Amino acid sequence: MILADLSRSELERRLAGPGLRLRAGPVVTQIQSPLGAVADGVALHYAAHPIEGSDGFADFFVRVDRPRNLRRWLHPQAVFYIDGEAPFTPLPLDQAFPLLEWGLNWCISAHCHQYLIFHAAVVERSGRALILPAPPGSGKSTLCAGLIHRGWRLLSDELALIDPATSHVIPLARPVSLKNRSIDVIRAFAPAAVLSRPVHDTTKGTVAHMQATPDSVRRAAEFARPAWIVMPRYEAGATAALTTLPKARAFMEMVNGGFNYSVHGRKGFEALARVIDLCACHTFVYGDLEEAAKLFDALATKS
Amino acid sequence: MSDGLRPSITRALRDPPALASCNLRQWEALVLEARRTNLLSRLAHEMAERGLLDRVPPAPRAHLVAAQTLAQGQADAMRREVTYIRKALARIGIDIVLLKGAAYLMAGLPAARGRLFTDVDILVPFERLPEVEAALMLHGWFATHHSAYDQRYYREWMHELPPLRHAVRTTVIDVHHAILPRTARLKPASAKLLAASRPIPGEDRLRVLSPADLVLHSATHLFLNEELSQGLRDLADLDSLLRHFGDDPGFWNELPQRAVELDLARPLHYGVRHAARLFGTPVPGAARSNIECLAPPPWLDGIMGALYERALQPVAPGEPGPLTPLARQALFMRAHWLRMPPMLLMRHLVSKILRVDHDRDHSRASPDI
Repeated sequence: MILADLSRSELERRLAGPGLRLRAGPVVTQIQSPLGAVADGVALHYAAHPIEGSDGFADFFVRVDRPRNLRRWLHPQAVFYIDGEAPFTPLPLDQAFPLLEWGLNWCISAHCHQYLIFHAAVVERSGRALILPAPPGSGKSTLCAGLIHRGWRLLSDELALIDPATSHVIPLARPVSLKNRSIDVIRAFAPAAVLSRPVHDTTKGTVAHMQATPDSVRRAAEFARPAWIVMPRYEAGATAALTTLPKARAFMEMVNGGFNYSVHGRKGFEALARVIDLCACHTFVYGDLEEAAKLFDALATKS
Repeated sequence: MSDGLRPSITRALRDPPALASCNLRQWEALVLEARRTNLLSRLAHEMAERGLLDRVPPAPRAHLVAAQTLAQGQADAMRREVTYIRKALARIGIDIVLLKGAAYLMAGLPAARGRLFTDVDILVPFERLPEVEAALMLHGWFATHHSAYDQRYYREWMHELPPLRHAVRTTVIDVHHAILPRTARLKPASAKLLAASRPIPGEDRLRVLSPADLVLHSATHLFLNEELSQGLRDLADLDSLLRHFGDDPGFWNELPQRAVELDLARPLHYGVRHAARLFGTPVPGAARSNIECLAPPPWLDGIMGALYERALQPVAPGEPGPLTPLARQALFMRAHWLRMPPMLLMRHLVSKILRVDHDRDHSRASPDI
């Protein structure tokens, strides 16, 4: 059963009541929220995702709700609860759905140490994963959003989950978070892309989420083998170009973006070394998304 | 598990093989409770020891494996951190008495297995605090609590320096000169603790408290600390220490005597009682009656027993029964009461209330990733 099979009123009933059990890749989250913005976001972005009954196993229990204090009448806010605790400061109510998304990222990065977890987008073609690690503001999510509308499958926009035993990348197929100008860039580049209403004045500026493509969601159980590590950087007016990145540097770049690399100790080092060995490593500069997509198309077909 | 939809982490730790009959729904409740009490990695360790991990269904098993990995990573980090601290303090020629998690780990005690670690706690003589602080600062640690009030709070009233954080590794060390605040009603003498401490074989300059003192400190930490949400984890430590040292017959004779000597009779009484109740800690009959003698008058003992029983229950999300938070509140007040004389306590609480917003902004992270 997928979420789109539920009527809107049933979706709202579950969210406001016993909770909606939603699967994204290997993770099942029970989500509770009486907030309309959360119901809207979930209905839009998780329509094609599997939902599970209450007889199964949920990994995390989250709730997005108004805080219980007097401020709720002056400056309405939303709070993210995991397992009944609120680890983050509340955000303006308007940011309730982005808060849910960030909270879900946090659940995974703070708890799922069965995987090596890196801050990177990952897309796939023919079973081969293209890992895009990069600091915020580098144009990683824009490139990721662009590529999945030019023949690549989305594995993840923020969190690269790697099984240390098999080196496989495990898909999450959750929405892509777009910021500021990249929202309009993607609207122009892929008119078919489904975006949520932009939310302004977040800590990242204006944020809109883009639906994962239906194919990505349907194939979320198909793992991929790392084939490329490419560190992207957007630069206005630049011609798209790949430059070889020495493997040792690629290794350190991945370590810098690691959420739990140090937790895995020596095994983590060895597992990451195997991933690096499997990959061609590059830096990549681009100024035009169409040009970038063509270059990656050529990369995927030639080798 | 026997009673329907409510397996409990304490029962699971007492009898891991019984988990074989759990359905997914029961595993879900157990993983959640174990995560909330910081005992998931302990459970993973107990299951792995008995070769039971492979029989757990894949979804809950992933959580156990993740928790095991995290605990191992934290243990490695703790070992490294202790090495850095030892190096930093080498030049002032001081013996470092490790406390709590760091002590269990470096002394190779079973209490360290599957345990999560955060800060390093050490105990040094009061008169050597300035030297120790200076040496640590020379090696990259810096003070975390900058306000004049916080500095005064720690330096005049507490049993430790303001926590020091390392500038590069962001690890935190708590340097203690006593195991209870200077203002507390109970006065365990640090000199006695230091004198009875023992070297860790093969670890130059590192020491741990004597077996009885390790147990007494663990009990004290649990029963005079304001934070009872971590109570079950602390009690699991106590259970493990008692089981480990309890094999030595002399230990049980010494323990109640030492408790009286260190002014820690009641914490020992409460600790042993609740460890036995929740974790089934074996206590020989003679020792049990000797420790019973340390109890407060029956009316007080009854109230305290009921409060702890309630406060040590983990709260499940979605069903926050009003009694557990209330009991924790009451024990929070009591812990403060025991830590400070009334007028000082009043000043401290007023000062805390006035600064509550300020504190909150620093205590919670942003979800921004």
